[in-house]
Amino acid sequence: MNSIETKDVHLYYGDFHALKGITMAMKKNQVTAFIGPSGCGKSTYLRCFNRMNDLIDGVRIEGDILIDGTDIYKSDIQVDDLRKHVGMVFQKPNPFPKSIFENVAYGLRVNGTKDKKFIEERVERSLKQAALWDEVKDKLKKSAFELSGGQQQRLCIARALAIEPSVLLMDEPTSALDPLSTAKTEELIHQLKENYTIVIVTHNMQQAGRVSDYTAFFYLGELVEYAKTKTLFTNPKDQRTQNYITGRFG
Amino acid sequence: MKRYFNNLGERVIEGLITLSGTVTSITVLLIVFFLFKEGLGVFSQTPVAEGSVIAVNKQNPVKELTASQVKEIFDQNITNWNQLGGANAPIKLFEVDDITDYYTEEQIGSNFEYLPQRLSELVAKDPTILAFFPEEYLAKDFAGRRIELDNISVGGFLGGKEWYPTIQPAVQLGVLPLILGTLWVSLGAILIALPLGLATSIYLAEIANPKVRNFLKPVIELLAGIPSVVYGFFGLVVIVPLIQDVFGLPVGETALAGSIILGIMALPTIISVSEDAMRTTPRAMKEASLALGANKWQTIYRVIIPYSISGISTAAILGIGRAIGETMAVLMVTGNASVIPHTFLEPVRTIPATIAAELGEAPQGGIHFQALFALGCILFLMTLAINMTVDLVSTKKKANR
Repeated sequence: MNSIETKDVHLYYGDFHALKGITMAMKKNQVTAFIGPSGCGKSTYLRCFNRMNDLIDGVRIEGDILIDGTDIYKSDIQVDDLRKHVGMVFQKPNPFPKSIFENVAYGLRVNGTKDKKFIEERVERSLKQAALWDEVKDKLKKSAFELSGGQQQRLCIARALAIEPSVLLMDEPTSALDPLSTAKTEELIHQLKENYTIVIVTHNMQQAGRVSDYTAFFYLGELVEYAKTKTLFTNPKDQRTQNYITGRFG
Repeated sequence: MKRYFNNLGERVIEGLITLSGTVTSITVLLIVFFLFKEGLGVFSQTPVAEGSVIAVNKQNPVKELTASQVKEIFDQNITNWNQLGGANAPIKLFEVDDITDYYTEEQIGSNFEYLPQRLSELVAKDPTILAFFPEEYLAKDFAGRRIELDNISVGGFLGGKEWYPTIQPAVQLGVLPLILGTLWVSLGAILIALPLGLATSIYLAEIANPKVRNFLKPVIELLAGIPSVVYGFFGLVVIVPLIQDVFGLPVGETALAGSIILGIMALPTIISVSEDAMRTTPRAMKEASLALGANKWQTIYRVIIPYSISGISTAAILGIGRAIGETMAVLMVTGNASVIPHTFLEPVRTIPATIAAELGEAPQGGIHFQALFALGCILFLMTLAINMTVDLVSTKKKANR
């Protein structure tokens, strides 16, 4: 079953044609990785799924993007509702200047949840899902800035999980982390795909190979090749993919 | 050789920089020293105007009077010696001009040459008299008792409720109404400026489109450049009559008028500083909030304001600082009555306005002059406290990052 489907998506930054007719479908409860050199449009494409590109002036999007069957660019779509449905983890850990607890509870609070007990349970569950609970359970009131970079990134994942999205977008989630934290995060992604559809943008091809079920290779705003991860890495059909994964450019 | 000259040039420049730094620091310290030397001088003065004598009959049991008692006597609020711990007898107030009621011109002498003896006789004769006359007419063998008033005390100065620095025979130097007036007007100003300023800075930082912002921000900052006397004039012509009409007051020159003007004057500082603080909120922080389904307003008050709260506090404190020290505009619109204010619709007088209005008529080195310097010291300490708070808040901000 497809969770995200896009049909002929074009995106323009002013005059710049950043995405050139991308049609693809991402399967439910699978990890899909986007790879490609810098500036190839993979992050831009990812940010279409929760309409983060709306924040940038002069962006124009054409084509259809359907998430769980709903066209998310239809005029009657509430962007904040969409974003509750599609969570996002960013490149750099970006916790709020609040306590660990309040960081995770944030999404619930902005959704108007007042029930204290419910919030506490959800925070605990999310932190456990993000494999952070044991490390922070005694200091939930402490500032999130006291955590290490890797812990902060897992906190951001817990924060995204707390509002129970069905899709989790990850924009190079480990690029600012050390190898140990990266390993932990990758392990976490493995566990999370049971419940979530995950789309991850990465610069690191080994990472794509380790965590994803499907991989899409982007180049200059085009989707060059999209296949099962194993197939794409062992038997790429396109010469450009071949060149990229063998490290001839990028 | 060339190299030597190059080095020489550098040394000269270095020397000049060091010198100017040193000179500037010393000048600043000297100014502060001068301010406090003059200001603290007031506490070694008695409230009796220089060259005046207050005297009573030697049999009178009252040996000491305070400045406020002297004023009460002259205001006829105290009329009996028993109110001062003396015998039950009405106080007979005598000023030097009254001498003609007791003696003929011949007895005084055409050039007042017998006046000292006559004064001495008069005071010796009447046990209920309280005489007040210039020191030059004090006889060498004066038969009465001079009453020396205590020096002005720090407590009396700070806690005194009356400010009559030129009243005869004993000046009243209570700065409480002035301190309260200053705080009152500043408080009102900040109550007006903070919500407005905060709203404007949120608008500029987060809501306005870049074109509007690029136009509005310089315009608001231009407000800071308007001379304060122009604000005062605007207040006098527009705000004062408006307040008078709206509240049906006999006069519109009130604390409220001062607060409004000061609030307007503090706005550019508050807007500019807090807008800058809000714009330093990392984009990633805003995106994180939006990505969690928060709307724009939730993002503003749950993320952007908490993130920039120390910048906003700095802005507020700087705004108060501007309000407290402001002189001209306040002088023009507050009515300048040195009474303790109870509502915003009463005239008040602030410390800077007092100094500006009175320094010109205070004789140099006199008690009034020194009292104004003491007021300057109080103002200096107030603004110093504000600046130190700003420092504290902004270092805390750095520690938080």
